[in-house]
Amino acid sequence: MSSLYVARNPRVAARSLDGEMMIMSGRDSTMFTLNRTATILWQAADGATSLEQIVQQKICTEFEIEPDEALRDAETLARDLASHGILQISEEPIVGGDSK
Amino acid sequence: MNGLLEQMTEKALARNIPLSVQLDLTYRCNERCVHCYLDHEDHGEMTTAEIKHLLDEMADAGVFILTLSGGEIFLRKDFFEILEYARLERQFCVKLKTNAIMIHERQAAKIRDVGVESIQISIYSHRPEVHDAITLVPGSLQRSLDAARFLKSQGVRVIFANVLMVQNLQDYQGVRKLAEELGVECTLDPTITPMMDGDRSVLSLGVDQTALRQVFRDQALVGDVEEFCTIAAPADENALSALPCSAGHTACYVSPYGDVFPCVQFPLPTGNVRKERFVDIWRYSERMNEVRSIRLKDLTTCTSCSHVGSCTRCPGLAFMEGNMRGPSSQDCEKSFARTGIPSANMLAKKRASRDLVQIRIMPANSAQPTGAIA
Repeated sequence: MSSLYVARNPRVAARSLDGEMMIMSGRDSTMFTLNRTATILWQAADGATSLEQIVQQKICTEFEIEPDEALRDAETLARDLASHGILQISEEPIVGGDSK
Repeated sequence: MNGLLEQMTEKALARNIPLSVQLDLTYRCNERCVHCYLDHEDHGEMTTAEIKHLLDEMADAGVFILTLSGGEIFLRKDFFEILEYARLERQFCVKLKTNAIMIHERQAAKIRDVGVESIQISIYSHRPEVHDAITLVPGSLQRSLDAARFLKSQGVRVIFANVLMVQNLQDYQGVRKLAEELGVECTLDPTITPMMDGDRSVLSLGVDQTALRQVFRDQALVGDVEEFCTIAAPADENALSALPCSAGHTACYVSPYGDVFPCVQFPLPTGNVRKERFVDIWRYSERMNEVRSIRLKDLTTCTSCSHVGSCTRCPGLAFMEGNMRGPSSQDCEKSFARTGIPSANMLAKKRASRDLVQIRIMPANSAQPTGAIA
């Protein structure tokens, strides 16, 4: 599995509502809500930290899950979020990624 | 409202989170619309730093939808700095309200780059002689329409907001057609808001019953006319426990001077963000909590009205009439125009006006002062 980097798309609107992330796509104003795992991934997606590191440091410490399985799930999730324009994904660190 | 946003609104309501805020950046304006309720003098607008600090507080309080309005927002020299901060630093879902006459290609491209949910432009007629006579700015329709085209060409969602009044009553269909041609959305609102100082003379610009009835029977506007004009079933206990509207519940308004109100149309001061934290005003203001405590069953007059379950009653307009638990006459007129059934408020007023008749025909043999009506 190649190393992936993820960054929040700065064009979306986002707010955490009681632990659940509300996202509005900048592309077509579609609303999404992210579950706890997706919220962790979203919040850690700074463009500089690889998906593998995010899974090891943020997801495996939070949930009882095997790292390989967690990474596969996270990659599927990241690609899904990217298809909606919510996340940017790349095999290189994303310069100018949303680091907040 | 879409399903997901509705769910989030319910969640926000349960957790007392102000999901949506309108922030007026200025009351200054480059148009002088005849129906406008604002005092356009600058009485000490918040600075850029104060607004950024407020945006921080609002984001921390959970505000998601931020409507930037005025006055004319583009008159603020720091407008784009504020917009960029709201969007890119604090990730608000931003909606803009403007007359758009200062938007050219460059500004339209900047708005696209920052990413706003929508931009609402005031358009009162498709005819320059009517629109410009309302804004009192010659050439304003052309400039607003040019801006709409620039924005549309950048892929920005544009909404025309048309206020229906005596001056433009014949033109709302023309505005809708124009919107259709430009590929933008269009709203129509017959509500006129009293002036901020309480002066109600501006209400005389509102359309009469005959016109309202005609508008409410326009299928292109209301869809199924029969359904729209049907009298709702009597409200049950559940319906009477409902909230009158989102003002003070999941939404509020902040003026350019930092004053917080339940809504832009509900001028009950609840605090000032220059003196207190936004979230403290939202949570602990006695007045905000009073507004929040009101349910339909607490309304005077309206609870006995046949329209109570379906009325568009605005608590802010009721407040401006003197009682936030009372009826809003403009909404009574709308319910009457829709259904042909007078509201409880209208019937009560009619009874009261009969009781006010002071001159009565007296019997011929009564002792009368000289000159009295016989």
